[in-house]
Amino acid sequence: MSQIKPLHMAEPAIPDIAVSVMDVSKNYGSVEALKNLSLEFPRGELTSLLGPSGCGKTTLLKIIAGLLPATAGKIEVNGVAVEGPGDDRAFVFQDFALLPWATVLRNVAFGLELRGVAKAEREDRANTYIKNVGLEGFEQSYPHELSGGMRQRVGLARALSVDSQVLLLDEPFSAVDEQNRRKFQEDMLELVATEQKTFIFVTHSIEEAVYVSDQIAILLPRPSRVSEVIRPTGFRHKDVANIRRDTEYLDIVDRIWSSLRNYVE
Amino acid sequence: MQRSLIIKLSSAVFVFGAWEIAGRIPVSYAFPTFIDSMAALARMSLDGSLLAAYGETLQPLVVGLIISAFAGIGMGLAIGLNAKSEWLFSPIFIVMQAAPLAALIPILVMAYGIGLTSKVAVVCIMAMPVIVLNTSSAVRNTPVSMKEMATSFLATKRDVLLKIVIPAASPVIFSGLRLGVSAGFIGAILAELKITPTGVGDIITYSRSIADYASMYAAIFSIIVLAVVFLNLLEKLENILFAGNNRGYVSD
Ligand SMILES: Nc1ncnc2c1ncn2[C@@H]1O[C@H](COP(=O)(O)OP(=O)(O)OP(=O)(O)O)[C@@H](O)[C@H]1O
Ligand SMILES: [Mg+2]
Repeated sequence: MSQIKPLHMAEPAIPDIAVSVMDVSKNYGSVEALKNLSLEFPRGELTSLLGPSGCGKTTLLKIIAGLLPATAGKIEVNGVAVEGPGDDRAFVFQDFALLPWATVLRNVAFGLELRGVAKAEREDRANTYIKNVGLEGFEQSYPHELSGGMRQRVGLARALSVDSQVLLLDEPFSAVDEQNRRKFQEDMLELVATEQKTFIFVTHSIEEAVYVSDQIAILLPRPSRVSEVIRPTGFRHKDVANIRRDTEYLDIVDRIWSSLRNYVE
Repeated sequence: MQRSLIIKLSSAVFVFGAWEIAGRIPVSYAFPTFIDSMAALARMSLDGSLLAAYGETLQPLVVGLIISAFAGIGMGLAIGLNAKSEWLFSPIFIVMQAAPLAALIPILVMAYGIGLTSKVAVVCIMAMPVIVLNTSSAVRNTPVSMKEMATSFLATKRDVLLKIVIPAASPVIFSGLRLGVSAGFIGAILAELKITPTGVGDIITYSRSIADYASMYAAIFSIIVLAVVFLNLLEKLENILFAGNNRGYVSD
């Protein structure tokens, strides 16, 4: 856990782009949620979307997932335009979206079930990820028997088990307490280091964004655009236990807060 | 399990006890005691007349309920999934549910005569609307986030219907079926009282006309018992088909 390798060293290499969002706008009737939003997500990195509530983070994630059509603009995943959902992306939903009538095991294996993976194999893979997210022993429980944080982890395990290259995580730690949140953030760093996936991570928390991200995109309130992209470089390769004391970490947290506070009245 | 059985038994003892006492007072000269009614029930069961009566009554009931269940759930699904079929079917069932059945019976008799068809139609008119309306509103209220989740994991339309919409709607569909079955029982008896006296309806009409109230109540009692047995079987079926339904629900 303590030896997180730097994926990208300090030199500003041109990163390989996994997902690019080009001039995307989205209107819900007369509500402009996104306006000409452009952003690139480097492969193998974790990018956070940080912004005030209601600014359109979920909307952007759903457009990338192919669940919502954009009003204008284009999304490319690995250079191919997004037309709908695909097996290259997996979603972790803000409201968990678990099947209440299915056990944890079936919920986690549900993505594989829909892909036609045989029962024995999908349950095998699901069990691995149930263990990974720390839900061992709850395989036969039903969602209503779990806490909010545990349900969220079922959603995470479901997305991990389909082994997509791009993971879209909509506030995956919103329902966990502070202690567990810190634990999951560490796990997240490990996941990014080991899974070779591109993570798009929505959060409300500045500290969380700075802690886990290779790149942080700050979104403005509706109609949303990217106001700033910050790439913390100095502390990524340090011991996770010391990140929160790192001066660059503290500087970035401060900088983001001062640019966001203008919008908090 | 044990405790609910005790509660059920004690409520039965209470009801039948009250019945017995009311019959002994008596509340009305046309109200037999529980024991007399049970004696009449035993007599009719043993001499085969009850069995013969059910042979007749069950025909329109079972046929009507099967038609109502399949056609009702089918139409309910169509209405819930597709706004166009809602325009087509929905008004019919709302009218069917609101219309006074007694007023429709003469029309049915004119159209289909006094045979099985009319009686099946009465059962369907009673049972189908509630099945259709429950199914369609359950389908329409499928949580959007679950459908979205399935779509994001590459579900086909068929997957969404079979793995999300129907399981999510099943508790409400089954409560519609339960209401439909109860209404169908009412319909079957009503048809026998209003169209031609056959089966259990005939026992009720005939024993009333000769003031054999114990037999009349025995027939009514037997139909209630049968309805309860039917509803319990339906619940068993639900638990077999949708094992997750009796596990409680999460709201989010
Ligand atoms: N289906 C919809 N119909 C109409 N308006 C919508 C719909 N979904 C979202 N919106 C609007 O679009 C805006 C962005 O919503 P979105 O859910 O993307 O915000 P968010 O950034 O994810 O917020 P939060 O951080 O609270 O989850 C909001 O103002 C919301 O009112
Ligand atoms: Mg959101």
